[in-house]
Amino acid sequence: MRALVLALLLVPAAPALADSRMAAAAYADTQLADPAQEAKATALMHTIRCLVCQGQSIADSDADMAGDMRALIRRRIAAGEEPEAIRRWLIERYGDWVSYAPSTKPVNWPLWAAPLLLVAAGVLIARRRFRRRR
Amino acid sequence: MIAEAGLAALWLAAALAALQLVLGLSALRKAGVAPGAGDGAGKASRQPFSTPFLPSAVEARAGPAIGGPSTTLGRNGRGGGHAGPSTALGMGGDEGSQAGPLTALGIDGGGGAGAGPSAAFGADGDGQTSGAAALGAAIRPLAIVQGLLALFAFACLIALFVRSDMSVKLVVENSHSMKPMLYKWAGAWGNHEGSMLMWVTILAVAGALVGVVERRLREPTLIATLAAQAAIALGFYAFLLFASNPFARLNPAPADGMGLNPLLQDPGLAFHPPTLYLGYVGLSVAFSFAVGALVTRDVGGDFARAMRPWVLAAWIMLTIGITAGSYWAYYELGWGGWWFWDPVENASLMPWLAATALLHSVTVLATRQGLRTWTVMLAVVAFSMSMIGTFLVRSGILTSVHAFAVDPRRGSFILALLILYIGGALALFALRAPTIREGTPFDPVSREGALVGNNLLLSAILGVVLVGTLYPLGVEAVNGEKLSVGPPYFNAAAGPLALILVALMAAGPLLRWRRDELGALARRIALPALLSVATLGAVLLVSPIGVLPLLGLALATGVGAASLAPLWKRNLRRTPLFTWGMVIAHLGIAVSLFGMASESAFTKEKLVAARPGDTVAVGPYSVRFVGVDPIAGPNWTALEATMVARRDNGAPVTLKPQARFFPNPPTETNESAIATRLDGQLYVVLGKGDDDGRWQLRLWWKPFVTLIWGGGGLIALGGALSLLGRLRRERTAHDRRAYL
Repeated sequence: MRALVLALLLVPAAPALADSRMAAAAYADTQLADPAQEAKATALMHTIRCLVCQGQSIADSDADMAGDMRALIRRRIAAGEEPEAIRRWLIERYGDWVSYAPSTKPVNWPLWAAPLLLVAAGVLIARRRFRRRR
Repeated sequence: MIAEAGLAALWLAAALAALQLVLGLSALRKAGVAPGAGDGAGKASRQPFSTPFLPSAVEARAGPAIGGPSTTLGRNGRGGGHAGPSTALGMGGDEGSQAGPLTALGIDGGGGAGAGPSAAFGADGDGQTSGAAALGAAIRPLAIVQGLLALFAFACLIALFVRSDMSVKLVVENSHSMKPMLYKWAGAWGNHEGSMLMWVTILAVAGALVGVVERRLREPTLIATLAAQAAIALGFYAFLLFASNPFARLNPAPADGMGLNPLLQDPGLAFHPPTLYLGYVGLSVAFSFAVGALVTRDVGGDFARAMRPWVLAAWIMLTIGITAGSYWAYYELGWGGWWFWDPVENASLMPWLAATALLHSVTVLATRQGLRTWTVMLAVVAFSMSMIGTFLVRSGILTSVHAFAVDPRRGSFILALLILYIGGALALFALRAPTIREGTPFDPVSREGALVGNNLLLSAILGVVLVGTLYPLGVEAVNGEKLSVGPPYFNAAAGPLALILVALMAAGPLLRWRRDELGALARRIALPALLSVATLGAVLLVSPIGVLPLLGLALATGVGAASLAPLWKRNLRRTPLFTWGMVIAHLGIAVSLFGMASESAFTKEKLVAARPGDTVAVGPYSVRFVGVDPIAGPNWTALEATMVARRDNGAPVTLKPQARFFPNPPTETNESAIATRLDGQLYVVLGKGDDDGRWQLRLWWKPFVTLIWGGGGLIALGGALSLLGRLRRERTAHDRRAYL
């Protein structure tokens, strides 16, 4: 427990210790000390689009901007922010494009309804093929 | 000179395709089966086709008893050699020389050149139908020559790349004289024009192969099939010649080329696109068969049995292509991911899903005469997915709808082709589907019932992937809003459906055809189910993991056991090869699922900034970072790290990941280093260095990750065994008929 508290105290302080360029890199490719927080951060990073790449999340991109965004996410998670709050902040700033998880806005309702509609349509079509059981 | 020869071959092939289409259409029109002529006036003239062969021949196949004398005759006529007067075909001499070498090669299933159908053509004895026969007989050689020409054009392009002919624009843009030979060779298809030429070549060669080996279909259906294949080819020849000429010259020629994207400079490029394209375009044969069968109203068991090997072969290639592509992305991109739900990946997954469904429904049609309309529909859908995939990848629409709008020539060309072919096929389907007689309905608890479930779920997954892939494009086109649909959507929407499908896959092969009892099924599946529950409990005890991976692991063990159950208490040496194929393919699904679930649940990740001499612990390994040295390759320089990994007291393993720099064009890539063990892979990547002498290292321990691709390999192997078994059984059945 003491180690955890120590880590939490140290992590936000780290940028002050090193020069700024190294700080960004450190956050981009260095994990948070708390495995639970790191897991949260990684899960979020896998669903955030790298804005300068083609079809990659920031979790699997070499681009500098992706590294900066990873650093930002780790910093905010370490500061105790919830992943969905960070996602909302990113969407506000960069638009829906940045999140791989489609929102629940009306424009996405057909998208989310698609699986259910498809299965329902399939069942309706298939039912005609079956013989009633005697 | 080579470029001009290739271009000329392409033009000639296009002309032949046009001729093939026109010949086919007029042969069908004269015979009265073309869609235009057939419906109104052709009622009477269609009779010669349908009476002797349909539906009696189909029904005779379905039942265990040998059919009436007329059907036996009809079938012998087709199988047994030159029963009919070959002069009715109008080119006896040519035909003989054509059939001879083929029979000697052993690929000629029918022993002769369609004597039965020729009898059918000549049955009326009127001039029109024999004219149709003459036209129809020319269509096979045409398809073959067209295929050879396309192959020649493609060979010309490869020759240009191999010789580094810098007067050709495509070579300049995608090659460099200093490139290793393998990548000069493969560079021919590592670009837009070249890959489209490969696409068309495979299409034409597939058509030629149909012309060479296909003896099972009735002649009119074959003619319609080859005409459909030519129609598709024609559109894509036009696309190449007018919008993507691979042979365009550059004047003046530059001193050297611009090089190939270094990410593509990997042995993967040599094999991945050709296998994937063989699968993609192989499905065109199923599409053309479906169109042919719709035109001649010939949807039955024979059609299904003729189509099955083609679908299987294409499906095997797709499976290998997707599996290899996934592994390629995994080790080449350097972040340990193996599937990204990227639109380009989805473009290859969609035809695979459709082909998998088709593979299963075609079996119902071949064995039980059921699901006729549905099978035809799937055959149309499968290749439509290939074309949609080609459109998505080749039109540039994926980068942005706007990029597409800025240079819409290529994109709208393919889009027009898409609408023409898919729309045309669907219209034909809508026109003819009501006339297809469905087989007898069946009980929900039966093998057929399970296969319908398989089709339903696969189609729903296909729909989800299709909707998810196209949705952002649609929204942006409608109101300009840019949004992303990625892994969170696909996992949530398709994941549960896939798990239900896998569970159903355990039950399906244990069910009897026609009708079975739920109680009996429950007894047969009790042990595997128990295994699943035990796995569930064991995993929950060890560590809490996500719901999808947890269910995946539990299902994988049970389904793996259940997939072997069809072999239980059987004489393994007498078990047909295609049963082995099914068992191994289904086992492959379970194995792959286990790998995916294990990877996503138990992967250990370590990202560190380390100095030489530091030791990093990841999973069961402790890895010592020895240092970084500069090295040089044939057309790159690199920084190479040396790491020594140790597990418990085992022997040390040396790993050497590189950060490569390519000067032509200037690009940096990461070459990961991977140590493969029975229970997983240790995956290490060298990142950037800092001024302090520290290096960014990325390390992963991925338990059982190799099972993902191992399972993929098993699936393909199962497909290959199944294909072999089907062809062999056909051969023996044919021999038996010949001696009757």
